[in-house]
Amino acid sequence: MATQNLRHALFCAVVTLVISYPILGLNLEAWGTNVVLTGANTTTVISVLLAAVAVFLFQLFRDRIMGTLGKLPPISPFANREPMPQAKWERLKSAFLTLLIIAGLIWPFVASRGAVDLSTLVLIYIMLALGLNVVVGLAGLLDLGYVAFYAVGAYTFALLSQYFGVSFWLALPIGALLAATFGFLLGFPVLRLRGDYLAIVTLGFGEIIRILLNNWTQLTGGPNGIGGIPDPTLFGMEFGRRVREEGNTSFHETFGIAYSSEHKVIFLYLIALVLAVITALVIRRLMRMPVGRAWEALREDEIAARSLGLSRTAVKLSAFTIGAFFAGFAGTVFASKQGFISPESFVFLESAIILAIVVLGGMGSQIGVILAAIAVTILPELAREFSEYRMLIFGAAMVLMMVWRPQGLMPMRRTHIELKKQE
Amino acid sequence: MSMLALEDVHTHYGKIEALHGVSVEVNRGEIVSLIGANGAGKTTLLMTVCGSPQATSGRVILEGRDITREPTASIMRSGIAIVPEGRRIFSGLTVEENLHMGGFFNTKAEIRKSQAYVYELFPRLKEREHQRAGTMSGGEQQMLAIGRALMSKPSMIILDEPSLGLAPLVIKQIFEIIGQLRDEGMTVFLVEQNAHQALGLADRGYVLETGRIRLHDTGANLLANPDVQNAYLGG
Ligand SMILES: Nc1ncnc2c1ncn2[C@@H]1O[C@H](COP(=O)(O)OP(=O)(O)OP(=O)(O)O)[C@@H](O)[C@H]1O
Ligand SMILES: [Mg+2]
Repeated sequence: MATQNLRHALFCAVVTLVISYPILGLNLEAWGTNVVLTGANTTTVISVLLAAVAVFLFQLFRDRIMGTLGKLPPISPFANREPMPQAKWERLKSAFLTLLIIAGLIWPFVASRGAVDLSTLVLIYIMLALGLNVVVGLAGLLDLGYVAFYAVGAYTFALLSQYFGVSFWLALPIGALLAATFGFLLGFPVLRLRGDYLAIVTLGFGEIIRILLNNWTQLTGGPNGIGGIPDPTLFGMEFGRRVREEGNTSFHETFGIAYSSEHKVIFLYLIALVLAVITALVIRRLMRMPVGRAWEALREDEIAARSLGLSRTAVKLSAFTIGAFFAGFAGTVFASKQGFISPESFVFLESAIILAIVVLGGMGSQIGVILAAIAVTILPELAREFSEYRMLIFGAAMVLMMVWRPQGLMPMRRTHIELKKQE
Repeated sequence: MSMLALEDVHTHYGKIEALHGVSVEVNRGEIVSLIGANGAGKTTLLMTVCGSPQATSGRVILEGRDITREPTASIMRSGIAIVPEGRRIFSGLTVEENLHMGGFFNTKAEIRKSQAYVYELFPRLKEREHQRAGTMSGGEQQMLAIGRALMSKPSMIILDEPSLGLAPLVIKQIFEIIGQLRDEGMTVFLVEQNAHQALGLADRGYVLETGRIRLHDTGANLLANPDVQNAYLGG
């Protein structure tokens, strides 16, 4: 026991050293035309060593420390579920989500323009991850081409506005429905596929869409993308300095305030926030409905699910369609936010990141997915000063996460149906 | 009238024929046991009843209705339930959640009633109500698989080797429950390797050999049959 603890603690300390020294200590510096690698300065070395010692001591006395805290985590987090009654947990969750939404509403009025812009991106990722969570986390269908539906949403808006002058608000449902249609169509060929095969086919699908967008130059502009995508309007009020479209008024003139480019950023953020909340609420509702339980049954055991009379076709298609729908939502917002889109934005890495969010979040848990989306989008931004090491830190964080908390940030708690006690 | 009838059923996996014209009949309220060696096609026969795979020729009749070409989902919603080979419980779900899945198409009131009934049948499941199903013992999991199948209030239950990998005492218990179900009016179609107990319990029995029915008689007669004794009862 003691020696085992010692070895474990030593191992953890070494891992800490190995990971943090290169990240914090080594620097690539431009020296004329060359790039040279410089070592760490003394303060960094000392802090890295201190960190390693701290990790070592903590791991060595882990049992005692956690014991005195009175919450030694169980080896298997699922072994003893039901630590809290469902109703109480639900109330806690609702309270947390409400707080999150309120904070989200106040945020754009206190944060800087850049921060609000980044937050809009976070919200887009939250929508994407919540949608993919339906497919991967709930229905257990590994989809590696999810970005395709995001692209469908974005390009639907871009093309409709370019060729027909369609506004954001009309394009939003059209984009989502078109993406859902693509999800439905993709569902058919992959009905019988599972696991690795499904992953490969969906991966191929994602690439097909991207390559199509890249090569269908006449329609999509190919690699040059599509620009001039309009901003959303608020009851016919535009947020630009000048009114672009006949019949619209401008926001700042209507309210008699000075023009500020910040209005548009905040407005877009609020739209994204409302859409993200709608996404979360709709999916939360679906999870409690029979279709949600059917997804779960299918994920747990396909043969058993079918033996209970569930239709594999209906269950799989519903998951793909609903997941794709919300990606279409997110795509439309993204196109509007960027004002310009190209196939560059819809590469495989994008699918991988969304999937990473779902896995980190705990596969199925909505709060987990939301927290993970925030972490995964913001961490690389915060780590900008580490420039080259950004992705390395990201990767290391992911590996550590999977080693220490394979069930994700907030593993899902199922909501079982409540049967009222018999009188 | 028979509850379930297979008439000259052929079933293929791709080009390979696994059932070469099988006819089986299960009457209302009886236990029919189907025994046979590994690979004889017992599971195939049961799955053909469920429509996955579908019979390539012949007919499957459930309560007078031809279900040969019906999709699995609709067959499984017409008063028939299966306890699949290898139990296939939802291991990540709790015992209670598993049972609720079993009553997927029923109302809450019906679920409440069937759940109480299942707990009465298997008090052990009640004790383990909130345990994750995957962490239970093999016997408990088998009880859960049967309980889950019963949740939809079927008039006929099909069991594929419920005794697989269980200790003699647990097997005895499970067979007692199966007998009790029959006494309550349930029709039971039982597939077993455990010929002795399966035939002892059965009203009638079939012996399947490489995709063909070899023998068909009452349970007691099959038990006494020297061929059966040699091949399936260890001499
Ligand atoms: N999915 C499948 N694809 C191809 N062949 C199959 C498939 N399932 C079963 N078979 C073949 O069909 C034959 C009958 O198999 P089946 O599983 O019905 O036997 P069984 O009597 O249930 O055996 P056991 O007692 O071992 O469960 C075997 O030869 C098997 O190899
Ligand atoms: Mg079998």
